[in-house]
Amino acid sequence: MTNRLSKRNSMKKKQSGIHSIIYLIYLFVILMVIWMTLTLSFEKQELFTGIIVSFILSLTLYSTFQIIGFPKVTVKKIIFLCIYIIILFKEIIIANLDVAYRVIHPKMPIKPGIIIIKTELKQDLAKMILANSITLTPGTFTLDIDDDKLLIHWINVKTDNIEEATKIIGARFEKYLKVIFA
Amino acid sequence: MHIFGVIITGIGALFLFIGSLGVFRMPDVYNRVQAGTKCTTLGSFLTIIGVGIMQPEWFWKTLIIVVFVLISNPVSSHALGRASRKSGISLCDKSIVDKTKEFKGYQE
Repeated sequence: MTNRLSKRNSMKKKQSGIHSIIYLIYLFVILMVIWMTLTLSFEKQELFTGIIVSFILSLTLYSTFQIIGFPKVTVKKIIFLCIYIIILFKEIIIANLDVAYRVIHPKMPIKPGIIIIKTELKQDLAKMILANSITLTPGTFTLDIDDDKLLIHWINVKTDNIEEATKIIGARFEKYLKVIFA
Repeated sequence: MHIFGVIITGIGALFLFIGSLGVFRMPDVYNRVQAGTKCTTLGSFLTIIGVGIMQPEWFWKTLIIVVFVLISNPVSSHALGRASRKSGISLCDKSIVDKTKEFKGYQE
């Protein structure tokens, strides 16, 4: 793990200084947006405090942010991200109704099991989002992740074949994440 | 508008109740985590958003809280599940498949 991190660090260092400034600005904007939403006022004092605190935080944290990695922003990716969020919310609602049904049903119709699925995503951030999305969707949650394999607990196992399980669980998110993190 | 917020909060409370019922009814740790996270996600969303609808000046703040819950909820359930799998807590009798042994880091 430390080996991988240090390798990536040295890789990042080779890139130009402009690159790290972009990350600094990204982080500053994100922090500033959160601050503005929380305070909901445009008074000078509030804005001034927000700018100072966000700047200090982004100065101290941007190197960590750089390790996480952030894809380049294009219009197509933003559209796909919006579609992705809508699909995610739809799946969350289905997941809740599904599990609620299994809990309330007197006979508890569950067929639990632990299976493995594969992913084609490369970036750590993309894998993290995939794993978290799987946790939020019907009857599945991620136990562990290792390179391109995910260990998944499934409340209603339909298949123990890796390819089929990947199609059922992972594919619906993966096709969007592949475009977003291309 | 106020009544709409109350209804939303009520539905959220219902989901939270089902979630806690699931924690009691499910047979093993992993299924309990499933019930505990799935139902509480929508439950807490609706409860918090409902409060935001009742008090319109809080709406954006509640939206931010929901985003944080959306990010942190799966992480906590993943941490619980991974820790119990690593410490070797077995699955319930109803389970039909267990591929943990094929996964790197679990062969002991």
